[in-house]
Amino acid sequence: MEIVSKNLNIDFMRVRKAAVGLSVVWLLVAAVALAVRGLNFGIDFTGGTLIEVGYQQDVELDSVRRALADGGFGGAAVQRFGTLRDVLIRLAPEENAGVDAEAANAQLSDRIFNALNTAAQGQVELRRVEFVGPQVGDELAEDGALAVLVSLIAVLMYVAMRFEWRFAVGAVVALAHDVLFTVGLFALLQIEFDLPVLAAVLAVIGYSLNDTIVIFDRVRENFRKMRKGSPEEIINVSINQTMARTIMTSGTTLVVLLALFFLGGENVHGFSLALIVGVVIGTYSTIYVASAVALWLGVSKADLMPVKKEGVVDDRP
Amino acid sequence: MLNYYPSWKNLLVAGVLLVGLLYALPNLFSQDPVIEITGTRGEQVGETLQQNILAALERAQITIKSSELKADRLQVRFRAAEDQLAGQDAISKVLPPEFTHALTLSPDIPGWLTAIGGRPMNLGLDLRGGIHVLIDVDMDAAIEKTVERHAGNIRTALRDEKIRYVTVKESGNGVDVRFKDAASRDQAEKVLRSEFRDLATSVRDEGEEFYVRVFMSQDEERAARRLALEQNITTLRNRVNALGVAEPVIQQQGDRRIVVELPGVQDPGKVKDLLGATATLEYRLVHGDPGQAFEAESSGRVPAGAALYHERNGQPILLKRQVIVTGDEMTSASSGFDQQSGQPAVYVNLDSKGARRMRNVTTENVGKPMAVVFKEKRTVGRDAEGKPIRKWVEEVINVATIREAFGRRFQTTGLDSAQEAHQLALLLRAGALAAPINIVEERTIGPSLGQDNIDQGMVSVAVGLLAVMVVMVVYYKVFGMVANLALIANLVLIVAVLSMLQATLTVPGIAGIVLTVGMAVDANVLIYERIREELSIGSTPQASIHAGYERAFSSILDANVTTLIAAVVLFSIGSGPVRGFAVTLAIGIATSMFTALMGTRAVINLVYGRKRVAKLAI
Repeated sequence: MEIVSKNLNIDFMRVRKAAVGLSVVWLLVAAVALAVRGLNFGIDFTGGTLIEVGYQQDVELDSVRRALADGGFGGAAVQRFGTLRDVLIRLAPEENAGVDAEAANAQLSDRIFNALNTAAQGQVELRRVEFVGPQVGDELAEDGALAVLVSLIAVLMYVAMRFEWRFAVGAVVALAHDVLFTVGLFALLQIEFDLPVLAAVLAVIGYSLNDTIVIFDRVRENFRKMRKGSPEEIINVSINQTMARTIMTSGTTLVVLLALFFLGGENVHGFSLALIVGVVIGTYSTIYVASAVALWLGVSKADLMPVKKEGVVDDRP
Repeated sequence: MLNYYPSWKNLLVAGVLLVGLLYALPNLFSQDPVIEITGTRGEQVGETLQQNILAALERAQITIKSSELKADRLQVRFRAAEDQLAGQDAISKVLPPEFTHALTLSPDIPGWLTAIGGRPMNLGLDLRGGIHVLIDVDMDAAIEKTVERHAGNIRTALRDEKIRYVTVKESGNGVDVRFKDAASRDQAEKVLRSEFRDLATSVRDEGEEFYVRVFMSQDEERAARRLALEQNITTLRNRVNALGVAEPVIQQQGDRRIVVELPGVQDPGKVKDLLGATATLEYRLVHGDPGQAFEAESSGRVPAGAALYHERNGQPILLKRQVIVTGDEMTSASSGFDQQSGQPAVYVNLDSKGARRMRNVTTENVGKPMAVVFKEKRTVGRDAEGKPIRKWVEEVINVATIREAFGRRFQTTGLDSAQEAHQLALLLRAGALAAPINIVEERTIGPSLGQDNIDQGMVSVAVGLLAVMVVMVVYYKVFGMVANLALIANLVLIVAVLSMLQATLTVPGIAGIVLTVGMAVDANVLIYERIREELSIGSTPQASIHAGYERAFSSILDANVTTLIAAVVLFSIGSGPVRGFAVTLAIGIATSMFTALMGTRAVINLVYGRKRVAKLAI
């Protein structure tokens, strides 16, 4: 069985200007969404308290809100979590709450649970508590941003070493494109951005790079092998040759991610969504961002001759 | 010869798989509910204790699966969780106080497997349920406390040398001592310098005021911080041990944080109270009579050498400034009830220094009243920078007349409830915190959510795997089936490596495995597409297989190395959940390289190698 014909010959690079235009447009949208709406950071980054409780029967959110208000937690945000019996309650950190502020934050979850448990005559089960102090939240956010930056730089160095600087720049621009797009989508749709989502974004970097490397590898090979043909043609041929593999790998990865998204439970929703978006956009960016940038920077046959890489001196006349 | 593996390569693949299977095996055994009994301070669990416990369980008509005496612990296995809970009641009734018991789960692995080091994976708290807290140690307070102690020692030293000083004042990381004249200042400086060799001194004059400053050097300050952190870890460990939790984790993180992880604990409120508690006791003599105390309260003038306190009912009382003994000098404490009054009581044992002082004081003061002060540090607000302000809250819980001299062992009553007595005894036993702590992060997972997470993780891995396998077989036929074998082998190897390293499997870790499943086939896809290309340009089947593996290798290597870079960065910079993801991702990359390259090649060679093949099923 084959999904794509052996003689596939789509002129991907012909429409690269339009594609770059498209990328620029949605990156602008992403940037604006990030600037205007901002990311809906989870408590991992903002600090605060999150409690997940399970009721034995379906429960009305209003009754939960009432129980919370009676307990003096009117400011809590209440939402369903997966089923009609599971409820998620969030509170921003109490800053300068006066007496016992520090202890109050740490003990908040216990008081909330007690309030709910009393209201429901002990029929509530504590499923999860997450409390993150504001300072820790800031640190996690800083570490996260640092992780993204460091991995981009590490990748840049590796690709520059293994291939050529034009490819490295192409790869990193593509990765930055994927990260910005994914994060921008989270800002646009105001989906919660927490630690697992950050991990997913980093995984996207790994995945998208994987994709880019495979095509670059083929480009390098074809530059060395094909005697004629402009760089544009060679890149086109390479993309076409690897198309079957691109579809298969993205396809199988998407299949498991969809399984994770639909069956993995509420907790990994954000994580799997970020990866799904990332895999799709990563596949696109390999073709239209990474290759296009390398082409635009003027990658040529001479840059990729094996002499440099093998360190063998070609002394034939 | 093409497509032929020498037998050592085949043996290597088979050997690695066999070892992988062996070490993945422990994860298949069911987890039994277990009660573990250990000595609080390293007491040996002996056969007599085992007999007592088994007898108690028999009396309560609880059937057990087995009981085993290990090096430092006794494990009693049950068939069901209900038996375990019933067993806990029965055991706690007969268990001597120097032993603790903890509920836990433990797999019933045959001896030979344990002997070769076979252990199941560690499940993270998000899978088994439990409490994770990150604790920040207030280092400024630790330094303050050290400076306070130095100030006391300086006063004593100067008094002993009969050097007159005006004031001794703590400021920052040192103590300023003021003198009337330069001569006594210089003399004091010499004395202090020889007395406090690990501290630095400096002198200065401000008009008619002459100062010596005794302060901690940077090294000294660093040492004080380290000491405070270490002491806090010890204290927290003692407190956690007293809770009776199986497999607690208490670890330093960074230079001022401590991670405490308690699997399976149900009541996070109680745990946090206990971890952060600072309660302790102090014994002082009463000063004057109640009339003087009321007068001091209304006038605000407290007689020299005395301090104003309040009893729990709000009544004022004057106590002598000098403390007879503090909680630091107590070596052990237990709670119970006073034999005469039936009130809750704490029984205290003192160390030799404290006991000597207590004996001296009580001998000299028979017939006079002595007070017990209950001290607890509480946060009372924040300063401008948002840092918590803490104050000691001190209450007199008991005033009793000294009937006769006593020393090492005595009891204290006056506590509100048996629960408070129990808690106080526990805290006195565990020792005081060297510096106040704040809980800056908490993650608690209830047991039902943990099980849900495991179930959902398993289902999504299974479904994802199955779907990928179907696609591979449909698309690559025989080669697809070989890739599927590699995929399964890869999963087994991931589990085996996680078990061998005793790494912790978390929800993000499972997600990492799922992702690896998706990406692991990439290597095979690359190879198979190459083989197809070679076939289509007219190469022979054997040459195509060979070229396919050969040519795809550099792509596969580059792709995996770059993903590995991302995983390493994630691991080194990320925290908790992110690290779990990075670990499984990295392990998955390594094992998938092995199975997708060597593993599939070995099988393909066995199927197609060394024979005439007209057509490949690809």
